[in-house]
Amino acid sequence: MLTLPPFEYHAPTSVEEAVALLGAHPGAKLIAGGTDILPNMKHRLLSPAHLVGLKAVRGLSDMKEEDGCLRLGAMLTIAELAKSPRVRTLFPSLSRAAEQIAGPQLREMGTLGGNLCLDTRCIYFNQTHFWRKALGFCLKKDGTVCHVVKGGTRCVAAASNDTAPVLMTLGATVRLAGPAGGRELPIGELYVADGVANTVLRPDELVVELRLPVPEGRVLAGFQKLRVRASIDFPLLSVALAAKVEADGRVDWLRLAVTALGARPHSLGGLERFAGRRLDEPLIAELGRLAQKQCHPLGNIDVEPQWRRQMLPVLVRRALAEALTVPA
Amino acid sequence: MRERPAKVVVRLEVNGDRHQLAVEPRTTLLEALRYELGLTGSKQGCDKGDCGACTVLVDGRPVLSCLTLAIEAEGRRITTIEGLAKGGKVHPVQDAFDLSGALQCGFCQPGMMLSAAALLERTPKPTRREIKEALSGNLCRCTGYKQIIDAVELASAQRALPERDERPTTGASREG
Ligand SMILES: Cc1cc2nc3c(=O)[nH]c(=O)nc-3n(C[C@H](O)[C@H](O)[C@H](O)COP(=O)(O)OP(=O)(O)OC[C@H]3O[C@@H](n4cnc5c(N)ncnc54)[C@H](O)[C@@H]3O)c2cc1C
Ligand code: SF4
Ligand code: FES
Ligand code: FES
Repeated sequence: MLTLPPFEYHAPTSVEEAVALLGAHPGAKLIAGGTDILPNMKHRLLSPAHLVGLKAVRGLSDMKEEDGCLRLGAMLTIAELAKSPRVRTLFPSLSRAAEQIAGPQLREMGTLGGNLCLDTRCIYFNQTHFWRKALGFCLKKDGTVCHVVKGGTRCVAAASNDTAPVLMTLGATVRLAGPAGGRELPIGELYVADGVANTVLRPDELVVELRLPVPEGRVLAGFQKLRVRASIDFPLLSVALAAKVEADGRVDWLRLAVTALGARPHSLGGLERFAGRRLDEPLIAELGRLAQKQCHPLGNIDVEPQWRRQMLPVLVRRALAEALTVPA
Repeated sequence: MRERPAKVVVRLEVNGDRHQLAVEPRTTLLEALRYELGLTGSKQGCDKGDCGACTVLVDGRPVLSCLTLAIEAEGRRITTIEGLAKGGKVHPVQDAFDLSGALQCGFCQPGMMLSAAALLERTPKPTRREIKEALSGNLCRCTGYKQIIDAVELASAQRALPERDERPTTGASREG
C-alpha cells in the first residue's frame, strides 16, 4: 500500500486561472492524467502542498488543422493520439509511438502534455523512500552524490517520454502559457541536459498545445522502441527518424532523435551530410555508426548499457525500414 | 509538519449508486472504493500503475483506480467488478472465466474481467491479438494467461446465447 502525501487540490476551469493558481502557491504542481506524478508522489519523490488539476480546464483537448499545422491540445490522451485517424495519416510515427506508451489503461489516462513534461527516470531514483534512504539518497533528491556517474555533479536520469523524440524529428513547436502571456518553442528547446529538472518550464507555466507542421512533399517517418516487456514498460531506448525525400529518391533532409539515454532527448547532429543521397544500405550503416558515436547509454536504467548501445544501429535500421513501408 | 488539508466532499456514482464521501484530497479512487464504500473487489496490487489489479471502468473506459484521485472521478460513471453482474445475472465474461477456469489465486481477475468487458463493448468479436492487446495492462502473477484469453474468446462467442446449457464450454482456439 502506497499512500499519497497530503495536498490541497485545485480545479481551475481556464488556462489563466491555472497560471494564477501556480503563481499563488509556490511549489504547486500540475496534474494532468496523474500517471507519472502520482506514483512519484507515492514514492515521496515530491510532496507538493498544492496540486492544480487540468481536467476541468476548457479547450485543452482540441485537435485541429489550421495554418498548415496540426494543433494538438496538451490534455489529449495518449489513447486519443494513438487512435486518431488524422494523426495516423499525417504523422504515422507519432501514432506508432503513442500506441507503444505504457499499457492500455495508462494510455487512456496519460496525456500529451504530461508525457512531454514527464519526470526523468533512474534506477536509483524511482524507488520508495525507504529504498533511497538505505542507499543514502542521490543528487536528484535529498542527497549529494550520483550513483550512475561516480563523482558526477550533474544528474543524468533518463528522459523517458516516447513522444518527444518523434516530435523533434517532425519539427514540432510547443506553446506555453504563463503569467506574461505565452511563448512558443521548438520542441527540442523545451529540454535541458539536467536530470533534476529537464525542461525550461517555469514553475508558473504550462504546456497548452503542440503544433506539428503538416509535411509538404514526401516525408517518411519511423519510430522504434526497446523495452523488456512490449506490453507496458518504459523505453530502454527509443529512436525516431524522419526524412524528406525528393521525387527522384534523394534525401532532402534527414532527422534522427533518440531518447532514454541521458537527461534530455537527443537530436543527432551532422545529418546534413546525407542530403542528396539515397536511403540505401550504405546510408543506413553510416547512420547507425553515427548514432553509436554520438549516443552513450549509461547505467541509469536497469539493463546493460552495452546492450542498449548495440541495439542503437539495429533500431535505426528498423525505424528506417518502417518509414519506408508506411505509405507517404 | 505541514498542516493537514481539510477534507472535501466528493460525490461518486459507483455501479449506478450515488455516494457522498468526506475524504482527504489525497484519497485515490481505489482507497475510496475499498475503504470508504467497502467495495473490496478492486484489488490493491502494486498501488503504482504497474499491475492493473485495481482496474475499474470510468465512463466505460478501463483506468487504474490506484492512480486516479477520487476527487477527479466526480461526475463520472464508475463500474467496479461488483457492478458487472446485472439484475442477478452474471456478465458473460464472468461466466466464461468460470467455465474456462481462468483463474488461479484470483487476484488479477476483477481487473482482467473489467478490461475484457470494456473490450467486448467496443469490439464484440475481437481477434486473439486484440484480446491480448486489451489485457496487456493486466498482469497475472500466476501466469494463467492462456485460459484467460480463451475465456474472453468464449465470452465473445456466447454473448448472444441466453442459456448456459446452450453455450459452448471450451474456448474456440487453443493456440498460445
Ligand atoms: C507502468 C508505467 C509505464 C509507463 N510507460 C511509459 C512509456 O513506455 N513511455 C512513456 O513515454 N511514458 C510511460 N509512462 C509514463 C506516463 O504514463 C506517460 O508518460 C503519460 O503520458 C504521462 O502523462 P500524464 O498526463 O499522466 O502526466 P502527469 O502524471 O499528470 O504529469 C507528469 C508531469 O508533467 C507535468 N504536467 C502535466 N501536464 C502538464 C502541462 N500541460 N504543462 C506543464 N506540465 C505538465 C506534471 O506536473 C508532472 O510533473 C508509464 C507510466 C507507468 C506507470
Ligand atoms: S542519475 Fe545519479 S543523481 Fe540522477 S537520479 Fe540517478 S543516481 Fe540520482
Ligand atoms: S494496483 Fe493499480 S496498477 Fe497495480
Ligand atoms: S490468477 Fe493469480 S494473479 Fe492472476
